[in-house]
Amino acid sequence: MSLVDAVTDRFATDLRAESTREPPADPDTIIEARDLSVYYGETLAIDSVSMRIPERQVTAIIGPSGCGKSTFLRSINRMNDLVQGARVEGELHFKGKNVYDEDVDPVALRRLIGMVFQRPNPFPKSIYDNVAYGLRIQDKDDNLDERVEQALRQAALWDEVNDQLDKNGLDLSGGQQQRLCIARAIATDPEVILMDEPASALDPVATAQIEDLIDDLARDYTVIIVTHNMQQAARISDKTAVFLTGGELVEFGDTSQIFSDPENERVEAYITGRFG
Amino acid sequence: MSQRYIDEEGFAIEGDNLDRKRFYGKIFVGVCFVSAIIGVIALGLLIADVINEAWGWLDWTFLTYPPSQLIENYLPDGRGAGIFPALIGSIILIALTAIFTILLGVGAAIYLEEYAPQSRLTSLIEANIANLAGVPSIVYGLLGLALFVRAFQMGSSLIAGALTLTLLILPIVIVASQEAIRAVPDSRRQAAFGVGATKWEVIRDVVLPSALPGIMTGTILSLSRAIGETAPILMIGAATTMFAPPIRDGPYGTQLPDLFGPFSAMPMQIFDWATLPQEGFQHVAAAGIVVLLTVLLSMNALAIYIRYRYETKT
Repeated sequence: MSLVDAVTDRFATDLRAESTREPPADPDTIIEARDLSVYYGETLAIDSVSMRIPERQVTAIIGPSGCGKSTFLRSINRMNDLVQGARVEGELHFKGKNVYDEDVDPVALRRLIGMVFQRPNPFPKSIYDNVAYGLRIQDKDDNLDERVEQALRQAALWDEVNDQLDKNGLDLSGGQQQRLCIARAIATDPEVILMDEPASALDPVATAQIEDLIDDLARDYTVIIVTHNMQQAARISDKTAVFLTGGELVEFGDTSQIFSDPENERVEAYITGRFG
Repeated sequence: MSQRYIDEEGFAIEGDNLDRKRFYGKIFVGVCFVSAIIGVIALGLLIADVINEAWGWLDWTFLTYPPSQLIENYLPDGRGAGIFPALIGSIILIALTAIFTILLGVGAAIYLEEYAPQSRLTSLIEANIANLAGVPSIVYGLLGLALFVRAFQMGSSLIAGALTLTLLILPIVIVASQEAIRAVPDSRRQAAFGVGATKWEVIRDVVLPSALPGIMTGTILSLSRAIGETAPILMIGAATTMFAPPIRDGPYGTQLPDLFGPFSAMPMQIFDWATLPQEGFQHVAAAGIVVLLTVLLSMNALAIYIRYRYETKT
């Protein structure tokens, strides 16, 4: 079966039949939000969210535009600190420690929680330097060649670029750029990888590659992925959180259950496409 | 789309004023073309005239000899006279100005774009900088005279001249650098923050490398403006004519710029020649202008080269 056929096949398959993953057997919680609210100025972006995200699984966050799903993601590694006027209430625990405590350094936090963005954003440097950047600033620059190769292999990009590591990262295709960004994020070996709609700017073939990759990454990392593509959430995630307009977390549970038998009516309406 | 009707005569479109409309269009293009070409023609004529005047007067001797009050010395069989002290003076002056301008201008731009909170004070500072760009250069000359020459007791020295020229072009360099920094995509900053870079590392590794071509282009163009400025260095009392370049002996037999000594610069020297009554000095002044324009156009060429060389990747 060709890749394109595989993709079409994936999209054609019924949503409810997709979620074949086993529900997790009580894994450890790595991230826990407790009544977390985020404001931009006077606007409430997420409203008193509480949830426990399990370790080494894929958690998808879905919801319509403007529901606060990206804001929630960015509050985990404190990227919202960079937005002027952003304000956080409540707590967000990473491995039992509230990351909004005064003694938490957001830079140190981001070294443990990597991030992949909506649009591929490689630096205008060589492929090698892109992957090595995080390692260099984190002083993990022993065995640099080895670490870069390993990250590129994990990001399923090594075979395509191993003979052109000097090439500028911006000269790669969109899908390759995004895998390069994933390699950059995992090179420093973080514990969690946040992905903010990582495939929304990519074509179906590249999307399928990224999805396969996410599956592999969940063996070593906790992956939290924001997507507005419900099929994608159903295909790749173990847990799904549904945010709806108003920045509210409406339902959170095993992906198979959310897509087959949601408890909340609004969630059901959203998932079946009647709303949102 | 509007409807089109076809009859026996082909397309008949509401009357037959199309030719007239096209004619107006051609006139408009003509006017625009003349506007575009007129600046180029003026510059071309100026350069042609100056080169014509300077022909036969500009040679290696002119570049390497000090000036003279006697026109005979500039002639091929004379004792040799030229622009050497002013040429060296201008080069050192502009190099010093470049150092001060890049440090202050880029520093100010980084602060305003990356660190300054969005407050009234910041807006006030930015509005002031934009206004300062329009202040006449002679006013900066007065400021330099009061501040550097008198208050700081630097005298009519190279360093006072460089600082005065720095004040003159600083607003333009700050604004150009701010624009270059603002043009760096935010996604790139976020990428660096995302792998755990500090603010300083983000600026050093991401913002500055991406903004540097724009910053360099703006700075070099401002410097080429400054090298031809006469009014400010006239005000601070630069010499019209110097017979030796502003160089002093340093330790271990080196030669260093004499930062606190008197100096002349090419615009001053050219002005001096142009005021001398003897016949022939207009040719000497023209030769000086050719040297000045050559330095200036080379700097502009460098700016254009940097822009093309480094701004392809965005």
